[in-house]
Amino acid sequence: MLRSLNLRFFLYAGITVFAILLFLPTLTTELPTWYYKVIPTEKIHLGLDLQGGMHLVLEVEAEKAVESYVERIKNNLKDDLKDKGVPVGKIEREKTDRIIMEVSGEKARWEKVLSDRYPMLQELSSTPLEKGIWRIGLVLDSKQADHIRKNAIDQALETIRNRVDQFGVSEPEITLQGVDRILVQLPGIKDPQRAVRLIGQTALLEFKLVDDEADLEEALKGNIPEGDIILYQRVVDPKTGGVKKIPYLLKEKTLMTGDVLKDARVALDSQFHEPYVALEFDDIGAKLFEQITGANVKKRLAIILDNNVYSAPVIQERISGGRAQITGRFDTKEASDLAIVLRAGALPSPVKIIEERTVGPSLGQDSIRKGIISILISAVLVVAFMIFYYRVSGMIADIALILNVVLVLAALAIFRATLTLPGIAGLVLSIGMAVDANILIHERIKEELRWGKTVRAAIDQGYHRAFVTIIDSNLTTLIAGILLYQFGTGPVRGFAVTLCIGILANIFTAVYVTRLVFDFLTLKLGVKRLSI
Amino acid sequence: MELIRPDTRFDFIGKKKYTACISAFVLLLSLGSILFHGGLNYGVDFAGGILIQIRFSKRIHISEVREAMEKIGSKEAMVQAFGGENEFLIRIEKTQEDLETMSKKIQLSLQEQFKDRALEIRRVEVVGPKVGKDLKRKALWAVGLSFLGMLIYVAWRFREVSYGLGGIVALIHDVIVTYGALSITNREYSLTVLAVILTIIGFSINDTIVIFDRVRENLKKMRKENLETIFNISVNETLGRTILTSGTVMMVVLILFFFGGPVINDFAFTLIVGLVSGTYSTVYIASPVVLFWHHHVTEKRKRRK
Repeated sequence: MLRSLNLRFFLYAGITVFAILLFLPTLTTELPTWYYKVIPTEKIHLGLDLQGGMHLVLEVEAEKAVESYVERIKNNLKDDLKDKGVPVGKIEREKTDRIIMEVSGEKARWEKVLSDRYPMLQELSSTPLEKGIWRIGLVLDSKQADHIRKNAIDQALETIRNRVDQFGVSEPEITLQGVDRILVQLPGIKDPQRAVRLIGQTALLEFKLVDDEADLEEALKGNIPEGDIILYQRVVDPKTGGVKKIPYLLKEKTLMTGDVLKDARVALDSQFHEPYVALEFDDIGAKLFEQITGANVKKRLAIILDNNVYSAPVIQERISGGRAQITGRFDTKEASDLAIVLRAGALPSPVKIIEERTVGPSLGQDSIRKGIISILISAVLVVAFMIFYYRVSGMIADIALILNVVLVLAALAIFRATLTLPGIAGLVLSIGMAVDANILIHERIKEELRWGKTVRAAIDQGYHRAFVTIIDSNLTTLIAGILLYQFGTGPVRGFAVTLCIGILANIFTAVYVTRLVFDFLTLKLGVKRLSI
Repeated sequence: MELIRPDTRFDFIGKKKYTACISAFVLLLSLGSILFHGGLNYGVDFAGGILIQIRFSKRIHISEVREAMEKIGSKEAMVQAFGGENEFLIRIEKTQEDLETMSKKIQLSLQEQFKDRALEIRRVEVVGPKVGKDLKRKALWAVGLSFLGMLIYVAWRFREVSYGLGGIVALIHDVIVTYGALSITNREYSLTVLAVILTIIGFSINDTIVIFDRVRENLKKMRKENLETIFNISVNETLGRTILTSGTVMMVVLILFFFGGPVINDFAFTLIVGLVSGTYSTVYIASPVVLFWHHHVTEKRKRRK
């Protein structure tokens, strides 16, 4: 028994020392560098609600990616049919993934085009109308659609990661949540609205020709020529702050998009000292740009970002070398953000912010201060109460209580769990609940003593009897804690974590550690009367 | 020290007729308040909407903030003082419009209107209707599954359905009373409050198990006594522990309530209610249910045999 007493002492002492070592980096930053090499832990990770920061949940509108894919197919199909001499009438996208077209002529011809080049389209219906015209209904293969959706989500995740990296946030967390949601956590961010703009922007860059032959006035009245669209340029008056919208009549066909970009940087205009974004295309892009500019000299080329026209300069000559620029009246911050999103690439489909939680740094500091005050006051009160009520035995329980808090903090540090405000509340709560096990044991020992048992027997029985109850009651709380972790999010999860760790640590400290002290008192020191 | 003298024999169970009336009254009051308010007062977490917490460095009256919100055109915005003197909470429950744009508009406009008062936006929460619905569903699952978990655990540990049932009825009582208290005091049902509800569930069953454990032990010792007496003795024997544990937990929760700051205030309040209810229900709900079951179900079965 004595030997095992020593053994237990060294085991528990070892655990305690190790826990303190794990927890030390949280208390002070002035530790030698070798320390971090030996002890595998960092400062306890604080949740966004304590250190301030932003929590965003974005929903990827993957359907839009399918839509634009079908839209592209539709345009290609139209061209291909015309090339093969199939007379095409109306051809339109219907709903997300369907194309309705009216064709005439030999059936074998269009069917060959479809089967050769468009295996991803399935024929839904074909109805003969009058004069040999057929109406064909096509639908995108569902496997292909799923593939596009999945790609869109993966790519969105990647793109947002790139943007955040370039924005310069320390320790951002960007993860997929469920099927089509992206969780973005940006600790310590200073300008949350700017971050929202940067992350949520689709940033689809397009080059389209301005249709100078048609009449803009007529088009604005609703007579838009076929194959044309109207887009606007937003011009902010620097004096009044009012927004003016300038309409442009453009050819609908997109000549080039931003995916051929190699680089985008902010540069300063040498004349007016206004910032602009300098674009550099990759090889394919450079060739394409040369072709486009060469074929359309003296026409205007509109540079469009997310359906907003930024500028529409006249092409003076064929441009080789793969460089272009976006001008507009930006300030430096806007220009640099634009460069970031262009460099990181466009989102394959728009994202919608469905949840935002931002906490300013001062609120977080307030919470930490109040949390620490609460922990200290409750610890002092509980410790004092236990000594007052149980005397020496109360002190033993207090040792367990303090060790319990240290163990929880050490566990948080080593598992890299996050401490949140509800988590602090959970810690305070576990201080209150931690003594429950000792109260159960002590009350039981008292009862046994009352029944005339010796001190040794009373302690033995007390622990033995109380143990079942302690396990039962702690396990039920653990069940609740695990469910809370499963179904909770963010800060609430932090609460679940501290609660669960607290319970596990409690069984160790309140049952095993205190038992060691009691055994030491009775076996080694031969205490005959228990102060309880 | 002895808080409760060992020979204490309060007749807890004998008063079950009166306490049943009290329980029924409190339950009706809770349910009535919830019904009267048209269901639970779901916060932004569950209902979807916008919550903005602002603080001014200079003195300002709440009506000025309300006026500013009206200027923005958000008539449905609720403004309330929060924590310190110049700190306010603006809440908009809406599920239709583009919330993100709206929140941006409000923030910009407030900063513009209170340029000279050093306005600080301390917290912004925007929860879309879809997310809110998701969270609501998850919350329901969490509470439902924890009931089920407790029922199974207690029934399994005590090898008897009646104990599990007693525990669960007590839990349902606690949850209704807690929701009722939230409703009466017009507090919001948020994610944090859900966390407390689950904690209360764990805590209340914990209390119940301590007494049931003692009943099981006493059943072996006192074979001649009837179940009712055994329950009463068990409650009395564990009374010291019940008071001490509830007392220490109550002590720390009160500290959280007074010193934990406004964000944690609802959390602490809910815990206080749940704690009182949980302790009460162990003695006056869980035990009578077990006894009731034995009188009316188990005994009848025996007679039939």
